[in-house]
Amino acid sequence: MSTESENDCEHPETSKEIKLAGKLVDEVLELCDENVFGCYQCGTCASGCPFVEEMDLTPDEVIRHIILDKKEVLNSKTIWLCSTCFICAERCPRDINITVLMEALRQIVLRLSIDETEITCLSEEEKKNIPQMAFVSLFRKNIG
Amino acid sequence: MDMLYYPGCTLKTSAKNLETSAMAIAEKLGYRLVEMEEWNCCGVVASLTSDDLMHHLAPLRNLIHIEDQKQDKVVVLCDMCYNTLKQTDIRVKESQSDLDTLNDFMDKENDYNNTVNIMHFLEFLRDEVGFATLKKKVKKPLKGLKVMPYYGCMLLRPREVAIDDAEDPKIFSDLIKALGAEVVNNPFNIECCGSYRTIDQKELTSRRAKNISSFALEHDADVIMLSCPLCKYNLDVRGKEAESMYDGYRQLPTLYFTQLIALALGLDAESLGLDLNAVDPNPILKKKGVID
Ligand code: SF4
Ligand code: SF4
Repeated sequence: MSTESENDCEHPETSKEIKLAGKLVDEVLELCDENVFGCYQCGTCASGCPFVEEMDLTPDEVIRHIILDKKEVLNSKTIWLCSTCFICAERCPRDINITVLMEALRQIVLRLSIDETEITCLSEEEKKNIPQMAFVSLFRKNIG
Repeated sequence: MDMLYYPGCTLKTSAKNLETSAMAIAEKLGYRLVEMEEWNCCGVVASLTSDDLMHHLAPLRNLIHIEDQKQDKVVVLCDMCYNTLKQTDIRVKESQSDLDTLNDFMDKENDYNNTVNIMHFLEFLRDEVGFATLKKKVKKPLKGLKVMPYYGCMLLRPREVAIDDAEDPKIFSDLIKALGAEVVNNPFNIECCGSYRTIDQKELTSRRAKNISSFALEHDADVIMLSCPLCKYNLDVRGKEAESMYDGYRQLPTLYFTQLIALALGLDAESLGLDLNAVDPNPILKKKGVID
């Protein structure tokens, strides 16, 4: 299913090529202390994720990409669809915090001065009525 | 009895009715929520990478100002504020070196000494007031009203900040029963509402609202009870928009738990901001005899 519609804001940078000098797993582990190698690919994280149907990579595939140094994960829609809901982290039988790994991947992109979202799509009414907490969260998560 | 209270930005703007209804019920129960001095935005989302201390400054500054007021407890109404303040509090309790760095950085502020207990208002009602006491104060039981509890994420996850069992919470159901209403359980009630995606992915958020509410609709719920202003916006406004995306779908009205408590305590419905909704709860509340 498509995740974007004419109603939505622009996501200008997901197609930009992202170059990393080192190995992806090393960059990720610089930012968090999660044992990605402990993942046994059970898929529990994916089965509980409320956004999995819209994702191009499931959360368990994201872990695999990190381990296998498949840097295209940084171009995936998945890392930006993740809303930091912590369901996957709560349920992982190997106690891997996938929510934190998603944040690390976003941070790798954002720290290259690549923003993900441009707010182009809101009516005046929405600007007035959407709770501030949504704006601050989105800016914190999608804009470096 | 006075209770120190942290409001956060959203309660002062788009969720004024959450604040006013909470203040009103606290008063009715013999407490006064006293707004803390010198508060700032909580930061809204916790920073999760190990090297990012910068984003813990905003929540920590609030905790410092609570200690400055010689208080060791604060009540929070907004779920995201609660979650963010609590996550920062846990991080600095677990890491003295992070706390030292943050304290050093804020050299114009006093040091934080890890003494503040952060409580969600729901916890306060359950643990300090007690639902049994609350039940005794009910003047107008919400008899016949079928209520679906919706928790969302921030009250329950990550596990360290959870106010209840993270997978099988009961606090809302217990509250609904104390108010004399009927609980409509819903397996989707701890799933994310779409959160801040409501800004850049509206249709996706409408789908979330529909996925969460459909089960309740099919099981004849009258209203959805919740606590977070962002969940409320998404289920209410984006849920209403889902009506034009899905044939036969009808969004159920949403109410803050504080509004339902206020109605059960016999407070004046006019003062509760029930009209600040895309889906008007008044017709069903009238039909069920909850309001006149
Ligand atoms: S739930 Fe944990 S162990 Fe299972 S696939 Fe996901 S990350 Fe790996
Ligand atoms: S934290 Fe992100 S990846 Fe994990 S379940 Fe929630 S939305 Fe999915």
